[in-house]
Amino acid sequence: MPLTLASTLVQQAHASLNPASPQVRLVDRLGTAMFVTAAVVCLLVFAALLWAALRRRSGAEPVAGGRQERPMKTAVLLATGVTTVILFVFLIFDVSVGRSITTNPGNDALQIRVTGHQWWWEVQYRDSLPKNWATTANEIHVPVGRPVVFELRSTDVIHSFWPPNLSPKRDQIPGNENSLWFQADSAGVYRGQCAEFCGHQHAKMAFLVVAEPADQFEGWLARQRDTAQTPTDSRARRGKDVFMSASCVMCHAISGTSAGSRIGPDLTHLASRRTLAAGTLPNTRENLTGWIVDPQAIKPGVKMPPNQLSGPELLALVAYLETLK
Amino acid sequence: MLILAVVGCKREERDFHGLPSGSAITNPKVREVDLVPGGAAPADSVPGPYEENAYAVSQGKTLYNGYNCSGCHFQGGGGIGPPLMDADWIYGSQPQNIYETIAEGRPNGMPSFGRKIVPDQIWQITAYVRSMSGLLRKDVAPGRTDDMQVRPQEQSTQKAKPVQSGIPKSAELP
Repeated sequence: MPLTLASTLVQQAHASLNPASPQVRLVDRLGTAMFVTAAVVCLLVFAALLWAALRRRSGAEPVAGGRQERPMKTAVLLATGVTTVILFVFLIFDVSVGRSITTNPGNDALQIRVTGHQWWWEVQYRDSLPKNWATTANEIHVPVGRPVVFELRSTDVIHSFWPPNLSPKRDQIPGNENSLWFQADSAGVYRGQCAEFCGHQHAKMAFLVVAEPADQFEGWLARQRDTAQTPTDSRARRGKDVFMSASCVMCHAISGTSAGSRIGPDLTHLASRRTLAAGTLPNTRENLTGWIVDPQAIKPGVKMPPNQLSGPELLALVAYLETLK
Repeated sequence: MLILAVVGCKREERDFHGLPSGSAITNPKVREVDLVPGGAAPADSVPGPYEENAYAVSQGKTLYNGYNCSGCHFQGGGGIGPPLMDADWIYGSQPQNIYETIAEGRPNGMPSFGRKIVPDQIWQITAYVRSMSGLLRKDVAPGRTDDMQVRPQEQSTQKAKPVQSGIPKSAELP
């Protein structure tokens, strides 16, 4: 897939039939084999049914318990035997696919912790040194060709992590940790979605997986580890004051400032993200402003309350948020 | 059955835009009670808007932990701040008392959150705080916890008849 598109949108269909990782390729192969076999069996069954029906119609009273029953008995026994064999072959195929997608990815793997919240994803890149941790939301960058292990958690209800092109789905359960891993084959932007009904905005709980070459990924991660830039122009400085004195600061964190609450998405590098509100809107100034004024009109039930800021305060706040690159 | 269904709907009513702005309830201009301890219930108490709304009360429960009320009041048992699950009330048990306690703060510890939490959410937290000592109907009080359960659910808390307690030592004026 070419990464030359300047578009911020996803370039591939959001579908497991379009694999972009070895894991999904295996599952896709299993699915295709099952579909083709089932289709053939189905056609044979219909053909047999049709044959039986027409045979009755053509006259020839059936003789109960007669010699004619014998070949039928053989046919039924044969069909049962073939069915059993097919099911066993699929059982072995299925278990072997399950085993290969859950093998140990090795020590080289990148660790990412993804926590599901109603209705967004917290993404944390951890490191042996806590000062190197980077926290972001709803956009997961991964290096191409390197295994990535996901630690999956939830803080409220059960969610399910599912980027269909890259991985089978896995539930995120409060108080429990699940994990999975995949390896992106080629660079691209893939869409992921919560796959377990989790409340009002389940449908608008999406995320992007951005697979990029290793050096590009390392550059991105280094930027994400930085603390937020201090605004230089006066309007953005005013916006920072608005952020710190209004209700924003009760839920959102911006590293390098006094905002440190962890119940909403981390905004340290908000302007570097492609979408707002967990894949609901493209990240533009208009959308951001609209979202701050009335999130409930865009995503009813979302935890962020409508804000009653004055015009100048709102513009200053948006100017500040736009500096968070 | 019909009555049950109607009551059931009411308790789950969800108005995502919150309370109408500019009304007396979102903008209580007149202080009804003293900010110092020993005051009584407000003479003309505004009934809390969420006293019968289970959804709002569970939102209040989430916010109670999210905004770190639990940092001082713990899960109602108290510690740094006074307990909220018992019958004693220093600043009154009426919804309006609690709203003002959160919005304006109280001497010797309770900070003011009026500028930081929107009125709608303060009312949700107020309703939840009242559920902690069983002051809400059982079918309205929360029956589930997001995290590890550390106390009996609010739903099964016995109603503690509010008592106006005296001035605590920590709040005595010099």
